[in-house]
Amino acid sequence: MALKSSPVVFDLVTRLTRRCFSTSKAVSSKLVTVRDALNQAIDEEMERDEKVFVMGEEVAQYDGAYKVTRGLWKKYGDKRVIDTPITEAGFAGIAVGAAFAGLKPICEFMTFNFSMQAIDHIINSAAKTFYMSAGTVPVPIVFRGPNGAAAGVAAQHSQCFGAWFMHCPGLKVVMPYSAEDAKGLLKAAIRDPDPVVVLENEMLYGVPFPMSDEALSKDFVLPIGKAKIERAGDHVTVVCAGRTTETALQAANELAGKGIECEVINLRSLRPLDFDTIAESVRKTHHLITVEQGWPNCGVGAEICARVMESASFFELDAPAWRVTGADVPMPYAAALEARALPAPHHVVAAAAAVLGNRISEAVN
Amino acid sequence: MMKTVSTFISKHFIQPFKLHKLDRGPASTSTLTADDALKMYENLVVLRRLESASGNLYQEKAIRGFCHLYSGQEAVAIGMRAAMRNVDTLITSYRCHSWAYLMGVSALGVLAELTGRKTGCSRGKGGSMHMYAKNFFGGNGIVGAQVPLGAGAGLAHKYNDDGGVNFCLYGDGAANQGQLFEAFNMAKLWSLPCVFVCENNRYGMGTSANRSSASTEYYTRGDYVPGLWVDAMDVLTTKEATKFGIEHCTSGKGPLVMEMSTYRFHGHSMSDPGTSYRSREEVQQMRQTKDPITTFKEQITKELVTAGQLKEIDIKVKKEIEEATQQSKKDPEVDVEELAADIYYKNYESKIRNVRPDQVLSHVEVAPRK
Repeated sequence: MALKSSPVVFDLVTRLTRRCFSTSKAVSSKLVTVRDALNQAIDEEMERDEKVFVMGEEVAQYDGAYKVTRGLWKKYGDKRVIDTPITEAGFAGIAVGAAFAGLKPICEFMTFNFSMQAIDHIINSAAKTFYMSAGTVPVPIVFRGPNGAAAGVAAQHSQCFGAWFMHCPGLKVVMPYSAEDAKGLLKAAIRDPDPVVVLENEMLYGVPFPMSDEALSKDFVLPIGKAKIERAGDHVTVVCAGRTTETALQAANELAGKGIECEVINLRSLRPLDFDTIAESVRKTHHLITVEQGWPNCGVGAEICARVMESASFFELDAPAWRVTGADVPMPYAAALEARALPAPHHVVAAAAAVLGNRISEAVN
Repeated sequence: MMKTVSTFISKHFIQPFKLHKLDRGPASTSTLTADDALKMYENLVVLRRLESASGNLYQEKAIRGFCHLYSGQEAVAIGMRAAMRNVDTLITSYRCHSWAYLMGVSALGVLAELTGRKTGCSRGKGGSMHMYAKNFFGGNGIVGAQVPLGAGAGLAHKYNDDGGVNFCLYGDGAANQGQLFEAFNMAKLWSLPCVFVCENNRYGMGTSANRSSASTEYYTRGDYVPGLWVDAMDVLTTKEATKFGIEHCTSGKGPLVMEMSTYRFHGHSMSDPGTSYRSREEVQQMRQTKDPITTFKEQITKELVTAGQLKEIDIKVKKEIEEATQQSKKDPEVDVEELAADIYYKNYESKIRNVRPDQVLSHVEVAPRK
């Protein structure tokens, strides 16, 4: 792309300023797409540890269905970048067995919708084995791939599995948003001795984010289980993860224009869930909204609200906590319906208004 | 009285094989030294007594949940183990007590795991179906799941270039699972050193093989994967078959399917008497004419060992297993503090949610970390 052309630069700058509010060290940084950040993470970890290998559909010769593994087969060859047949139960089981035997597989699901075919291996073979074996059989595996709604791919290809996987003890579950999240969390996941589910998002793959020199270094890892405050604010806590972080930040912008300052917390990890950061924020703002793309029943927001109810945070709230979620319907195909099935910034703005009540009745319109 | 000569090697004719997409099969004879014979006999007796002890403990209600006994199938495990090398790995189903023992778990480690004690090989946290040892990946509760897992261990052998082979056992009941065929496909495609061993004991729980399987020729079910049918009530036959399997997989020929034609004397599990779907006469007939221990005894007392030596072993093993059984009832149960132990190798949860929100658990590390 010709950076000299001013409309392109203007567009980039606009997106940059929209996104990087509280990202420190953004001054001397490079723009990297989430896809490239993931690619870097895998490449660096494969270089660092020869037990790390990738397997999945189209990961090798096709360069990855979404190009996340681009160039890796050329660099590492057949032994370490393995194209599998379309047999998720089989290859997920093979990946877990390889982990039992001491290798460090990165098992890609082309999308997490297909992980359902392999879910017995993710839960029964991977998540539970360390416990059942009383700590004698570790399972250092990563399951990664795009999760949740894309655009127009309809019901069977749009499900969010965040709630499903964060339900299970024995798993760690991360959901990166930015390029820095993607790289730091995927590297942490690959180095982690336990099974980690990395829920990426196809719609974020092509989005560029600034990455600091530190984030670009080969040993940059992010802690699993720690949230990031993307934007500080005093009036309402907005908890999100993955793509809804963008939704929340856009809503926060709009609300700022009306004098309402949101504290946007990007969870980064669904399991462990960083409730301490949420609690500390609620102590300050006394109002809470959660935002997720997944279905409402027993979702991420439901878990957060339950934890609030069972802890001192309940007494910090001045109003009930609200969840903004995907609509409780299978994802429709038609564009207008699909748009209505997923949270958009205006939903978060309206929810903030409702939760903050009369103090901003003039902002609701 | 016959005297045994320690360097004497006896030669035995073994049972014939059936071949699928193989030009040659295993040898038609097997050799044994007196030492080998005594070791294998002792293991046979240990396995049989371990399972009997487990059955008794279950009836005394010292064991809860599921308990699947291997009695009758010992020749599969003993013969295989005799041919396996230290580098090889093995994975099997829930009918795993005997394999746990053969792969290095002590008799107490097996029995105390069944009775839920701290001295159990999984500290009482796994139970009957979840026993593990070095190069032994369980003990798996989900029918058929062990097959792709085993293929994964095979992939690791190839990746590490260590010359090892993975042995992956499953039953006639599991033989129709889709994930098996997925594993066979990848194992063949990538030439993985895997021997897929179907322990055909004729019944998947209460369903006979011909009621569950459109084809009961399990050694052919790998289709493009060569296969071997083995009369698995004879230890020497299964040993030669396993040697053949190792040779096949370590000479770049890829995977092999091996159907072990065997029989379980007990029901599917302790809650199944095993007589509603098969006749008592059939069970009795198998016990009387095909017991692998009796068969082996006859073979080795011809000219290799004396009845007296075997009697000594009988007495020794009986005592050992009885002691371990008593111990397994006396040893302390796993501490309740271990409820939230070793969920993760590296835990990041500041607290583990308990049954009630006001009773917080902490993750504990019990197994040593490297």
